[in-house]
Amino acid sequence: MENWLNAFALLSNFVIVPAIAYGSQLALGALGVTLVFGILRFSNFAHGDTMSLGTMVVILFTWWFQSMGINLGPLPTALLALPFGIFFCAVFVLLSDRFVYRFYRAKRADPVIYLIASVGIMFITNGIVRFIIGPDDQNFADGERFIIRAREFKEMTGLDQGVTIKLSQGLTFVTMIVVVAALFWFLNRTRSGKSMRAYSDNEDLALLSGINPDKVVAITWIIAAALATIAGTLYGLDKSFKPFTYFQLLLPIFAAAIVGGLGNPLGAIAGGFVIAFSEITITYAYKRFVEYLMPESWEAGGLIQLLSTDYKFAVSFIILLLVLLVRPHGIFKGTGV
Amino acid sequence: MNKLLVSTAVALSLGSAAGIASAEDIKIGVFLGLTGPLESLVANMAPGAEAAIAEVSASGKLLDGSTVTAIRADTTCVDAAAATSAIERLITSDKVSGVVGGDCSGVTTAALTNVAMPNGMVMISPSATSPALSTLEDNGLFFRTAPSDARQGVVMSDILMDRGFKEVALTYTNNDYGKGLADAFQSAFEAAGGTVTISSSHEDNKADYSAEVGALASAGGEALVVAGYLDSGGKGVIQGSLDTGAFETFVLPDGMVGASLPEAIGSELNGSFGQAPGTDSEGAGLFAEMATGFDPTSPFAAESYDAAALMLLAMQAAGSTDPQVYKNNVMDVANAPGEQILPGQLAKALEILAAGGDVDYVGASNVELIGGGESAGNYREIEIQGEEVTTVGFR
Repeated sequence: MENWLNAFALLSNFVIVPAIAYGSQLALGALGVTLVFGILRFSNFAHGDTMSLGTMVVILFTWWFQSMGINLGPLPTALLALPFGIFFCAVFVLLSDRFVYRFYRAKRADPVIYLIASVGIMFITNGIVRFIIGPDDQNFADGERFIIRAREFKEMTGLDQGVTIKLSQGLTFVTMIVVVAALFWFLNRTRSGKSMRAYSDNEDLALLSGINPDKVVAITWIIAAALATIAGTLYGLDKSFKPFTYFQLLLPIFAAAIVGGLGNPLGAIAGGFVIAFSEITITYAYKRFVEYLMPESWEAGGLIQLLSTDYKFAVSFIILLLVLLVRPHGIFKGTGV
Repeated sequence: MNKLLVSTAVALSLGSAAGIASAEDIKIGVFLGLTGPLESLVANMAPGAEAAIAEVSASGKLLDGSTVTAIRADTTCVDAAAATSAIERLITSDKVSGVVGGDCSGVTTAALTNVAMPNGMVMISPSATSPALSTLEDNGLFFRTAPSDARQGVVMSDILMDRGFKEVALTYTNNDYGKGLADAFQSAFEAAGGTVTISSSHEDNKADYSAEVGALASAGGEALVVAGYLDSGGKGVIQGSLDTGAFETFVLPDGMVGASLPEAIGSELNGSFGQAPGTDSEGAGLFAEMATGFDPTSPFAAESYDAAALMLLAMQAAGSTDPQVYKNNVMDVANAPGEQILPGQLAKALEILAAGGDVDYVGASNVELIGGGESAGNYREIEIQGEEVTTVGFR
């Protein structure tokens, strides 16, 4: 029995807990991408750098609060700075919409033109962030670091294997659920949410029935900015903030959004977890896990690893290809790519 | 009439002045990763190289009073295409007479084979340490003031053995530097009777390292050797290992040694150890005293100074800024016989060379070029104590 518990603790520590945290981070990012795709109908490549811009503002405010001695006790101060980050990030994306995307919207440009324009915005945002805060790593996490540490877990349970849950991991998971619930409530229950969905389903009909397109677009951008800032801040709290890494995050985020079904919020969440779990479970070496479950005389010869970690990115893209082949619109029916 | 006379006289005097002195403005490319995974080290390397350039330029003794200007270009450390176009620009548009750099082994190899060799340009790298560069056919154009990692692998293995570690896990950044160092270390460690439980690579700047940490933890070991970069994947793997309790002690080779790592990780890194190029020679002390505006003990800062100094001394010895000519003098000025030259004594060295004498450049990093033109290698053993990189010995 104890062996079973040890095996489970081992798997939780190295596979389940990290995968849930990483999956939640991807899901929050993918939600923003999928929302912009669903309503404004283009793949927003600037999303990763929008995340880094929002996070940068949060970090600057966090430092300011810390210098004044304001904190949240065990929780990170960054949560307090989050609304300011969202505000500035929203202002930035609204300005980028006003000066770039609106021009193409008026011309009813092809989605691919929006896409290229968003690549331009991506580089500009990236440059602004590097200019203001620099290209270096920034640590802004404070408060408690762990909900439970491996050593405490071992003492508490008497098992050989510990489980670590970081506060940032717990926070990410809880926030993800709260944000998703709020987003669904907003889209399905409020007047603005309904008009957004109507605009997404059929733009011309929505305009005929008196929906103000400027308002729909503005609300979409504000929500996307909020999602980006929240996702970026939680990611930065868990790992660390480095502009280049946020740029790199774009790839798994898009993979998650497409696997789940672009344009479908539920799909974004499912996609995030599929990508995270597949990357970690397929490349994990199950040697110790199997040793706990097998009789004592049995000893594993190799590491019992399906694929070397070198291939972990290949894994998520193979899944992406498979999904696109079998279900071109993603696991949940999205608007299609 | 008067006006005409004056202007003719001025024009004549200008013309003759230009004719007498052959002084020119020599441009030296400082080709380092100003952005990318090594940027926090380059913040001290580039000023190190520029200190030597400024010292020579200010002395006015190089090639009849030539001045020297440094021109920076970005290798990005990881992007071979960007590095290639950057060095292309240095050579064809800025018309540099020599290149100090590159920094990371992969981009250095690309820049050397694609651009520097076809253009006949000399490169002296302060920090490219891949063993592959030792055997690369370079037409005598490539030198390095950093030792090959084959040497570092042996030193790291010795340090582990002396500290009583027999079984370690190994992770390396997936490029020429990481792979070269990991292989060199593994063969040295196994030859000494140690066991490497797993040797797995990681990619830099990725979103998540849980999968890598999980595999390393399953293989186990008394310590984890991290042949990566301190601002990038290496840090991510260490953070993940500490968070999950997979490893407590880390072995840090040169790419991982820097003040920003213990700053970012905190007290849990105390007790980890490793090595970085360095020496306790007189030159290192002198270099530390004369350094202003940068950290002279940062890895490769001294090597950068030496790389730039060697290049300029070789030009003086050859009496030419033509790379095809002075490339033959680099080994001569670096090695015995001759008067030993320490940092801050470049003016003296220029005088000796101008008079036809011999110098043995020792510099800040105890330069001794062996083989095809690479440093024999001096390492300082470091340990993280009280959240700071502390030097505990020299090897």
